[in-house]
Parts: sequence; C-alpha cells; structure tokens
Amino acid sequence: MNEGIGVFGIFFAAVFTSNILLTMYLGMCSFLAVSRHVKTAFGLGSAVIFVMTATSAINWLVYNYLLKPFDLDYLMYIVFIIVIAAFVQIVEMIIERVSETLYTALGIFLPLITVNCAILGVSLFMIIRNYTFSQSVSFGLGSGVGWMIAIVAMAGIRERLANARIPKGLEGAGISLIIAGIMSMAFMGFTGMLGLG
Amino acid sequence: MNKKIGKITLANLGRDNPVFVQVLGICSTLAVTNVLKNTVVMSIGLVFVTGLSNVTVSVLRKQIPTRIRMMVSTLIIASYVILVDIVLKAYLPDVSRQLGPYVGLIITNCIIMGRAEAFALNNKPLLSFADGISSGIGYSYVLLIIAFFRELMGSGTIWGVTVLGSWWVKWSIMVMAPGAFFMLAVFIWLVKGVIIKDAEVAK
Repeated sequence: MNEGIGVFGIFFAAVFTSNILLTMYLGMCSFLAVSRHVKTAFGLGSAVIFVMTATSAINWLVYNYLLKPFDLDYLMYIVFIIVIAAFVQIVEMIIERVSETLYTALGIFLPLITVNCAILGVSLFMIIRNYTFSQSVSFGLGSGVGWMIAIVAMAGIRERLANARIPKGLEGAGISLIIAGIMSMAFMGFTGMLGLG
Repeated sequence: MNKKIGKITLANLGRDNPVFVQVLGICSTLAVTNVLKNTVVMSIGLVFVTGLSNVTVSVLRKQIPTRIRMMVSTLIIASYVILVDIVLKAYLPDVSRQLGPYVGLIITNCIIMGRAEAFALNNKPLLSFADGISSGIGYSYVLLIIAFFRELMGSGTIWGVTVLGSWWVKWSIMVMAPGAFFMLAVFIWLVKGVIIKDAEVAK
C-alpha cells in the first residue's frame, strides 16, 4: 500500500505531516497532564520514543508470525496491549537495576505509558496500513519523535503562559486545547510535502 | 440504593462529567467527531464497554490481586472491545473502516480505565454498572454535541443530509484536526463559565 514512500519518507511523514498527536489526536491524556514543565515533558517524550519504537517492532513480529498464521487476527487488541504492558514493566525493572539516574528521569513516566493511546495507536495503524517491518519501525520512531516535539513545544508555551492572565473558564484544559489547535494548524502547513494514507 | 444510583448518574452527567470536568478520554472525542454518524456508533460502543467492564471488574474485585489489577482490568476491557469490533465489522463495515483504529483505542480510553480503577474496584456490581453507563453517556453526549457542530459547520450536513444550502461557506477547518481542538476548548469554556457562575451564586 505504501510502497511509494520509503522508510525515510514514513519517518518524516510521521514526525510532521501526520503527527500522531496533532493530527490523529492520540496520546492527548498525558499530553495535557504532563505538559506543565519542559523538563518532565522531555522525560516523558524520550520514554515514549523508546517504548513506541520497541513495541511497534515487537507487535509487528507477533502479528505477522504468531497471529496471522493461526487466523487469530481478532485477538490483536488483547495481544498488543499485553505486549505493551509487559514491555513497559520489563523496561521499568531493568532500568531500576541498571541506572538510578535514568530511573528517576524516566521511571516515573513508564507506568503512564501503558495507557497512552498513542502507543497502541501506532501498532494498530501499522497493521491497518500493511507496513513492512522496517516501515513499522520507522513509523514507530517517527511518531515517537513527533509526539515528543509536540509535548515539549507545548510545555514551553505553557511555562510562558503560567504568568499570563487567562479568562477564568479557559484555565487549564481549555487554553491547552486552544494552543494545541494552533499548533496543529502550524503542522498542517507541512501537508502536501508528504502524505500518509 | 436507588437514590445512590440516581446521584451517581447525575454527577457523571454534569458536575463530574468525564470529558469537560475531568478532561479524560479526549483522544477519541476529537478523532471521531467530524461526522455525526461515526460518533453515534462510537458512543454506543463506548457505553457498552464502560458499563459491562465496570460490572465485571466489580464482580471480580475481591479476586483480583492489587498488584496486577491494572492488567486484569485492561484485559477485561480489551475483551469487550473485541466484541464491539467484531459486531461493527459484521454489521456496519463502512463505519468500521472509517473509525479504523479508534475502535481498538477504546481500550486505552482513560475514562473506562479510570472508572474501573476509581469506582468498580470498591463498589457493588449494580452501582458500578450505573456508574459505568452514566459516565459513558456523559461522555457520549459531549461527543454528540461537538460532532453536531463540527459536521454542520464543516460540511453543512447533519447525518449526511445537506442542511445548509449552497450559500453556506464550508468551514473546512472544522472537519480537520485544529477544528476539533478549538471546538472542545470552546465547549469547555462555555460549560466552565456556567459552572463557575453557579458556584458563585451558591456561595
């Protein structure tokens, strides 16, 4: 289906034109909750990139070599969510042992990631669009990077906004959504450069 | 008991509404609301899943070890979502194709998880059922309102029927991504404005 654009094309499309957050609306919950400070946003963003890339690779393998041959496609959702949850758990355990600093930087975000819709969304999109293995990995990586760019930019804006006077009803979620809307318009400017189905 | 159910229901529809007060589960709020029909299908699916998964979690709440409770509730939710997905594929293949991965993403919809965590784990099945259904409905009606305006302004149609004639300049931005963000923001703004006023009067 997407043979026209290669691995790099998919990567850039996932970062800019089809940004997972601003055009597919995935991962909004943590986007709104954890975008108060640039530093935490950066931490969560890097955790997401890592988990997203790894799980899209694992899920691709599981889907194509375990589920498809046995006609178990309908179990896809359950299997994917288990893979993601298990992967997150394992990563959390490993970095807890290996590096104290990394754990304090990323560890607290890991449990949040299991319920981040973006992670599951990437796996589902890659199945629907029939990506090959390398395409899936670059799609996962690209979506992760795109998500991080969006959340870090958002956190930067919100840090500035902390001192601004905002209409009462718009405080918190309201204003963040409007910012997200404006950012999404900016990202729409990239459309036409590259497209993902 | 009945009084309690009523109270929970009202709270979930209004004061504790999952979308505009708790700002949960808005991924799909935004994604499916460009066409009214898809939104209705999505909402029905969601109410079904929240209601039943809440009951199941509540029935099993004494058996679930606390350490893995998230995992167990996710699995319960996922099984119901698979049911919804299969039914959709069989009876409404067009809608199912348009919704694409968003049906599957009901699993990670924070509302369902949130209700299971916060309510079903500590309450009796019947109460949990009421809670699940009502937060599902509280979520759905916000979705429907947003979808109504987005479809009306974005394509001049309601339920696929042209309502606004050719004199209407379509706001195509409403059916695209930014429109969803603006619409939800405006909605939250209006609702919060009303609630804040109410709170001040109550004082």
